[in-house]
Amino acid sequence: MAELPDTREKLTPDTFLRGLWEENPVFVMLLGMCPVLAVTSTTMNALAMGLATTFVLVCSSMLVSLLRNWIPKQVRIASYIVIIATFVTIVDYGIQAISLELYAALGAFIQLIVANCVILGRAEAYASKQRLTTTFVNSLGMGAGFTLALLALGTVREILGNGTILGISLFPADFQPWIVMILPPGGFFVLGAWLLLFNWLRLRKERKQTEQIGVTAHAR
Amino acid sequence: MTADTQQQTPTETRVPSTPAWAMLRTLGGIALISGLLVALVYQFTLPIIAENQRVLTEKAVFHVLPEASVKHDFVITDKGGLAPVGSGAEGEVVYGGYDAQGHLVGLAITGVAVGYAGPIRVLFAYDPDCRCLTGSKVLSSNETPGFGDKLDFDPVFLKNFEELDARLDAEGKALANPIVTVKHGTKSRPWEIDGISGATISSKAMGRAANAAAQHAVPAIERDLAWLKQQH
Amino acid sequence: MAKGIEIRTSPHLKRVMSVDKIMRTVVLALLPICAFSVYQFGLSALLLLTTTTAVAVLTEWFFARASGKGNTVSDWSVVITGLLLGLTLPPGFPLWMAAVAAFVGVALGKALFGGLGYNVMNPALVGRAFVQAAFPVAITTWTPAFAPGRFAELIPSTLTLPFMQPIPVADWVAGLQMDGWTGATPLAIQKFQHIELPASDVFTGMIAGSAGETSALLILICGLWLAWQRMLDIRIPLSVLAGAALMALPFWLLDPGHYPSPWFVLSSGGLMLAAWFMASDMVASPVTARGAIIYGLFIGMLTVVIRLFGGLVEGVMYAILIGNAVGPLISSWTQPRVYGATKKAKESE
Repeated sequence: MAELPDTREKLTPDTFLRGLWEENPVFVMLLGMCPVLAVTSTTMNALAMGLATTFVLVCSSMLVSLLRNWIPKQVRIASYIVIIATFVTIVDYGIQAISLELYAALGAFIQLIVANCVILGRAEAYASKQRLTTTFVNSLGMGAGFTLALLALGTVREILGNGTILGISLFPADFQPWIVMILPPGGFFVLGAWLLLFNWLRLRKERKQTEQIGVTAHAR
Repeated sequence: MTADTQQQTPTETRVPSTPAWAMLRTLGGIALISGLLVALVYQFTLPIIAENQRVLTEKAVFHVLPEASVKHDFVITDKGGLAPVGSGAEGEVVYGGYDAQGHLVGLAITGVAVGYAGPIRVLFAYDPDCRCLTGSKVLSSNETPGFGDKLDFDPVFLKNFEELDARLDAEGKALANPIVTVKHGTKSRPWEIDGISGATISSKAMGRAANAAAQHAVPAIERDLAWLKQQH
Repeated sequence: MAKGIEIRTSPHLKRVMSVDKIMRTVVLALLPICAFSVYQFGLSALLLLTTTTAVAVLTEWFFARASGKGNTVSDWSVVITGLLLGLTLPPGFPLWMAAVAAFVGVALGKALFGGLGYNVMNPALVGRAFVQAAFPVAITTWTPAFAPGRFAELIPSTLTLPFMQPIPVADWVAGLQMDGWTGATPLAIQKFQHIELPASDVFTGMIAGSAGETSALLILICGLWLAWQRMLDIRIPLSVLAGAALMALPFWLLDPGHYPSPWFVLSSGGLMLAAWFMASDMVASPVTARGAIIYGLFIGMLTVVIRLFGGLVEGVMYAILIGNAVGPLISSWTQPRVYGATKKAKESE
């Protein structure tokens, strides 16, 4: 994670965009790997998990930010966990009310959002120091980044593993599904491939930047 | 804990005092807020969740008993008979399906068996007229996608449950012929299930689930059959 | 290769033993097995072996170029990977799946670890394990050996379009009218029906199975030749076979009607090929002499445990992959003591 300034951050587009790319919780910070690997076997599950996590992330970050001057540092982790657990319980009931089939597919991983370090990390590193508005925008960006990453895994795994996307068939009927992709090892393979791509892109960008610096230095 | 150790070090002159009151106030306050929120959401979603549950069960029951349009729930009592749900008796639930005219179409019974990856819960349809199982639907399983989930989709395998013999023995306490899964292509008797080659363990579990469900529920159903037919 | 240090007086004549020479010899030893496989299964086996080898070589070439390592194809090791992979697949395996297996094996199993000498596991088996998990039905679809007209026509599933399900072979097999064909390998027949096929047939390869796993006798001869050429550590294959036989013996004595005989265990399935050509992979096996024996026994026993009690019919692939994974641990346990060093001194390090 990049060093955050002690002073309050000004609201800029970057407050939101950081979570999508530069500080993407999955592809850059490698946080919250448990749901990333476990529930991304289909696009729908990935989307639902991403949205549930985003909801908990945004709500708990905002509440933490609201109460930040009120929470003594000795009990801050306990307070954060109680706040996070509250919203996880709410999401748990919410998903049961929306669809029991989806609830069964996500299984224990909804409750396990409590232990998702993306959320506790946001509360500790950002929400406890920043104003409500920037916290809202920043955690929304982080949640969007997390959801995008889950979708990136979920779509690849569903297309290869089942030949469908959101349950809609993409291929002729005799498509051969790659069953390994729906199984846990497939999660690791796809995550590894995405990490490879992300790191390659980042390295290339960095190399270009250094080259440009070299060029300007030479021009001088 | 940090607070304790800080208090026990007298050498340090500026010991930050433990804000006991602030800690209590904060934790208490947060607990109150969270309790309130959770209780509120619980109250709000409870009827919706119960309704979802009902719809889901109904869907499964009508899936295995396609001719039924009304569902009544019964429980298997300790004495080996049936009683309506809500009459105080407790036990496994059996769903009776009735058509529009109030005729008993069949009953949906649940069976559980351990498959390749954990328990498989299956709903079976029992037809008292032919004394056989006439349908199946997997309620929950963790079987390998592409293999174990054939239990619910493979048309050849589902043919097994069009007329699977479940007659009782002379005493009426158990099946005359326990339902078993046999190797693919070797089904020769009406109480045998033709297994899926490549998903042997899952299809065997299906056989055990069918046997467990029938052994448990069919004696009770047959005992109270006359009474059941009037419950519409 | 663990060889004792030889102390001699001069003149010293050094034997040239380069990587590519070892690898070329291994390829040479594999060729008779490949030839027998083609003789058994016909054109399909030939195409299968060509595909896996070609894709493996191309993948190696691509990654070597991409990482700036220069040409590593010329050390021949990737040819072994390709041939071994082809030999472990069913003869009618769709070619596109075989290409996936070869790519994954070389890319994931070798290139990403840094190429030859750095791979943790046997690349051919990594590729096979991947397709076993991805296409479990295709990899357990067997076709009969010595089909009439096998040199004139292909097994229909061989030329399946990429990303499509294999073309069913049941009708084609029925059309051959082979007597006694059940579509199962001897191992599967033993496991599920407890009927042991005559071990002599199994040993000489007159049965169904993967392209190159059927003739234990031929593999034994080629492996022994390789050992005689000092191109592999004979301790490993011998202890794999010993481990498997020892593990199978008590069960067989207890209930010969249910469990296979040690003789059957040794001659069936891919055990022979795996013991001589895969477990002995120089990079992925322990380097110490004692370590090699422990490693071999471990793989042999695990194979039998998986065969007898697991959900799978053949366990040697996973046994070797697990053996590869614990190999470094075995190596470090069995480090020979440095001359003069005491136990205490070692502990205090």
